[in-house]
Amino acid sequence: MTMEERRLMKGNEAIAEAAIRGGCRFYAGYPITPQNEIPEYMSWRLPQVGGRFIQAESEIAAINMVYGAAGAGARAMTSSSSPGISLKQEGISYICGAELPCVIINMVRSGPGLGGIQPAQSDYFQTVKGGGHGDYRMLVYSPCSVQECVDLLYDAYDKAEKYRLPVMILGDGMLGQIMEAVTLPVMKDPSTFPKKPWATDGTGVGQGRRIINSLYIVPDELEAMNKKLQKIYDDMCANEVMCESYLTDDAEIVITAYGTVARIAKSAVDMLREKGIRAGLLRPITLYPFPKAEFQKVIGNDSVKELVATELSMGQYVEDVRLVAGGKKPVKFYGRSGGNVMSPDDIAAFVEKEVQL
Amino acid sequence: MERIVIAGFGGQGVLSLGQLLVYAAMYENQYATWLPSYGPEMRGGTANCSVVIDAEKPVASPIIATSDTLIAMNKPSLDKFQMSVKSGGLIVINSSLITDKCANTAAKAVYVDANRIAHENGNNKASNLVILGAYIRHSGLFPKEVILSTIEKVYASKPQFIPSNKACFEAGFALD
Repeated sequence: MTMEERRLMKGNEAIAEAAIRGGCRFYAGYPITPQNEIPEYMSWRLPQVGGRFIQAESEIAAINMVYGAAGAGARAMTSSSSPGISLKQEGISYICGAELPCVIINMVRSGPGLGGIQPAQSDYFQTVKGGGHGDYRMLVYSPCSVQECVDLLYDAYDKAEKYRLPVMILGDGMLGQIMEAVTLPVMKDPSTFPKKPWATDGTGVGQGRRIINSLYIVPDELEAMNKKLQKIYDDMCANEVMCESYLTDDAEIVITAYGTVARIAKSAVDMLREKGIRAGLLRPITLYPFPKAEFQKVIGNDSVKELVATELSMGQYVEDVRLVAGGKKPVKFYGRSGGNVMSPDDIAAFVEKEVQL
Repeated sequence: MERIVIAGFGGQGVLSLGQLLVYAAMYENQYATWLPSYGPEMRGGTANCSVVIDAEKPVASPIIATSDTLIAMNKPSLDKFQMSVKSGGLIVINSSLITDKCANTAAKAVYVDANRIAHENGNNKASNLVILGAYIRHSGLFPKEVILSTIEKVYASKPQFIPSNKACFEAGFALD
């Protein structure tokens, strides 16, 4: 595959193919709806490129296989959906503690508990505030289209290796199941990837021991480690923020949403504009780091009277929106849950009913 | 922009009909989304998908509240979705399985005896393509030739079905 290709693909399939073209050569996972096309695709596609696919005995085993593969220098990946991602949290914390790069996909389903299989965004807190224990952060992307899945996954390992931490993709069943035309980039050549002088891959004999570990029993050593990690996270926050702004320049009402919900909100903005209501949209593409400066700039516009945060949960993302608004502008909340998805008409109706202009 | 809901029993080619439209859009360098129902209701037998096609700009919402077109392959689908079709919209009804008349009088209803026509054209499984032919004729969404070449490309791995699929599409397109 030396040429770019145009194909019609499901989000889940595109994620798998783009990860492989970005260098993924190891996948371990355990089945769960609505992300099963990812392991299914990986199971036949990875062997074609000399990679390894393992259907693990559990989600916990899968994340620890990724831990091991990443420690040995492989570009490794796992995917699951909400209950399965909960099971992986211990492994994610260990991977962060051991400073290992990997890619983790969460195609969120509604919860809590076993919940349902329909689209939801109720894992926001778990994803951006640390679902596992300890002071750690991940680079969290929230793509809204199949092409954006491809674009983000293609470079995800480069980012993960630059900062030596997991990149997580937060999606939902809508993103996984939707089909759109995509342009696939050329396969990256693994021989061009940066060397990993820390990886336990059998090289570097006589150059000192390479240890993959997250145990620091001496408080001063662990505090130094925590400070080092924090510096890395600060660096990531300074460099990796991504955000889309749509018709916000003259907006009186700014709707904000992420992922697939942001697409629905964009249609709502168009509907409101047709009725003469000056609406706009702010869409974070990185959920961590949160696009603080981009939000503050729009919130500071004199034209903006109110924000509306809309999401598929009972109110998680809205907390970060209120935090960044800092009381300067009011923030209203419109959420659906249980796997029910709002339509553009629903969001437009909420704005017309609840927002005073 | 064209927002189409396609619904029927599992096995009637509801999902593949939607995919054919999105392939045609892709080959014509237009923007399109295909979103299937994937809930537990599929195990009970009904299936539907939402297709949005836009010639000018990327599709925002793949979720359809008000549709421009409904393709109803069975009665539960007509009952469930017909009132969501906009005034002046189009409802294509598989009259082989649906004896009711359309209750949404603000929309234009087109009745197609799709199962019989598919049978007469040598492919009992291609009632969806008969319906597609009628839809393309009444909507003018794509030129006929675009769909015919899309059928050839999409079914390239099953060439034995291409002639009867094209015949079923043409038969649907020829209806008044």
